Amino acid sequence: MRTLKELKPGEKAVITKISGEGAVKRRLMDMGVTRGAEIMVRKVAPLGDPIEVNIRGYELTFRKAEAENIFID
Amino acid sequence: MSFRFALVGNPNCGKTTMFNEMTGSTQYVGNWAGVTIEKKEGKARKTKEDIRIIDLPGIYSLSPYSMEEIIARDYIINEKPDVIINIVDVTNIERNLYLTTQVMELGIPVVVALNMMDALEAKGDKVDISVLGKSLGVPVVCTSANKGHGISELLEKAIQVAQAAKGKAVLSDIKMYDEEIEKCISEIEKKLVSALKEKNVNPRWAAIKLLEGDEKAKERLNAKESLIEDIQLYQEKLEKHYDNDMETVIADNRYRFISDIVSKAVQKKFKGSELTLSDKIDKVVTHKILAIPMFLLVMFAVFQITFGAVGSFTIDWTDAFINETVAGFATTWLEAGGAAEWLKALVVEGIIAGLGSILVFVPQIMIMFFFLSILEDSGYMARAAFVMDRLLRKLGLSGKSFIPMLMGFGCSTPAIMAARTLENEKDRRLTIILTPFMSCGARLPVYALFTAAFFAQNQSLVIFSIYLLGIIVAILSGILLKNTVLKGEAAPFVMELPPYRIPTFKGLMIHMWDRGKGFIKKAGTVIFAASVIIWFCQSFSFSLTMVEDASQSIFGVVGTFIAPFFAPLGFGEWKSAVALLTGFVAKEAVVATMGILHGVGEVGEDSVELAAALQASFTPLKAYAFMAFTLLYMPCLAAFAAIKREMNSWKWTLFTVGYQTAAAWIVSMLIFQGGRLLGLN
Repeated sequence: MRTLKELKPGEKAVITKISGEGAVKRRLMDMGVTRGAEIMVRKVAPLGDPIEVNIRGYELTFRKAEAENIFID
Repeated sequence: MSFRFALVGNPNCGKTTMFNEMTGSTQYVGNWAGVTIEKKEGKARKTKEDIRIIDLPGIYSLSPYSMEEIIARDYIINEKPDVIINIVDVTNIERNLYLTTQVMELGIPVVVALNMMDALEAKGDKVDISVLGKSLGVPVVCTSANKGHGISELLEKAIQVAQAAKGKAVLSDIKMYDEEIEKCISEIEKKLVSALKEKNVNPRWAAIKLLEGDEKAKERLNAKESLIEDIQLYQEKLEKHYDNDMETVIADNRYRFISDIVSKAVQKKFKGSELTLSDKIDKVVTHKILAIPMFLLVMFAVFQITFGAVGSFTIDWTDAFINETVAGFATTWLEAGGAAEWLKALVVEGIIAGLGSILVFVPQIMIMFFFLSILEDSGYMARAAFVMDRLLRKLGLSGKSFIPMLMGFGCSTPAIMAARTLENEKDRRLTIILTPFMSCGARLPVYALFTAAFFAQNQSLVIFSIYLLGIIVAILSGILLKNTVLKGEAAPFVMELPPYRIPTFKGLMIHMWDRGKGFIKKAGTVIFAASVIIWFCQSFSFSLTMVEDASQSIFGVVGTFIAPFFAPLGFGEWKSAVALLTGFVAKEAVVATMGILHGVGEVGEDSVELAAALQASFTPLKAYAFMAFTLLYMPCLAAFAAIKREMNSWKWTLFTVGYQTAAAWIVSMLIFQGGRLLGLN
């Protein structure tokens, strides 16, 4: 299974699963990063982390460590 | 009739604008008990009924993980407002409705305000209100808070709903979860009814929370052990069925329910791959190469205006006004009235000069907040955090801490207040503790004096090293505190990048005033008392007679008493100790005190006589240790008051200044003792 970290800027995918637990996972889900949602990586910050994604029609940013926990199709 | 309405909504949904439009100047700003999160209340204008509006913190969810979310949830459950007005940014409807799905379950009547309708219409999209209202089972009103549209309709609708409900719980019959889950919910609900009778909590909400395994809710409901175990069986059964934890399953279900509604109610105008204005701005602002220079340029501009020409002009002007005009008037008036010498000194040197030393910061603070509000309201602040995050993460801080830290090089007081832009309490506390280590402008005269006397050859290099020392101590302290007192799960850096918006002038003014007036009001009370006490300690002896010679004063005696404490740092004589004590009033006061105590009078940092006097009692090594101590020890009174206000806790305030003073002592001691071991003098 691929994770979101492997997606390059401009690429899209559908989320299949989110691993991890606790506050970070819940926060991601609260922000709309849930199973079945389409996610697109928009860019990587100038220093290489965090990343910016587009999900459910808005822009969201989180770190690559979080992206590793998001599995995509 | 009198009602209470609570405003609930995501950050950036226009909630603050809505609140301002509803309440006008009747607002009261306080803090939620025990935390540094602002609590705003006001009375609705333009309504016949007596309506109190409570602005709850901006939140994305009612999860039990963040302080803001817990506050909002507890307020709704404990205080039971008559109506919840849920503000939804219609241009970002999917994520905004997620909070709505949770608010709907609390058993309090809800009215949804579809805000930013103007922006949606400008995009050419359409929303079917009746479909949306029917699917959610709550009334929906269209608004554009920034233009003042729809607000009276919204309030009218909320009043209608409140009158119809008459304080009774309203149970939504919307079933948004899978059949298996709904079945479990209704079974659990039945079991809970008797247990919840006196608790006045909506059983459906309780059932969902217990099924999710929400620890905070469990604590609150305080149900019997056997009942909890019983419910856990349901949770386990469902988790096995879905092969996932219930928190995830519920969140998935909620978003599925929303996607379904949105696909029915919202009509998006077809948009190709054309770039929005936000995208275009973003292309430059977060550009791989341009982003950091851009950020530094923006910061430099804000810094220059706040602390440069404009800022120092306001300081000079205010200083002259208070210390010449006001003080002069008071002196004349007191002399004419035949007031005693001590009373004149108390009023002029104690109260007016003391308050003046704080009030001079007010215009500067207002200017800084004006620019910070522009950065925030326009959406740039979030981008700055995005760009700088990597650098600050190592210190246990997030990208947003960069701004207060940088402002700290100008003046600690407004910088500490700038930490208010950080949402996470732990980040905010750490930022407040570390910001005073950034060497502020008032400390420069002390370095100038000592480097001129001892390091005349490479003055600027030595001063630069002091600034660097502050940064290094901040970095080490960040790592230390993050692993000790501020330990715990790191705040997730999952942040929305809101679309760029042009801030409205009115919004900026309200924002600026909101933040600035607190400084005048709250800091003013602490400072008023403190400046009188300090003046007293400086001008009176222990036998309560006024003294001319500072060494006879209370400070002088205390200074002599604590002087041995500084001996390991190389400056264990009473003059230095007293100078450092007066540095608490304002750091530059160290220079003036040194002048008086060394018998050369009240002189500036460029005094040759004072430099010569210092050369007699200091060595270069001692001078460096003294500068390091001046850099790091507890900040001045104004900054202290700002820390107290922002921490909203004496415990944290005392910890902050205690930690800073301890750090100063240890670092200076290491410099002096280490230097001696290396054979330096």
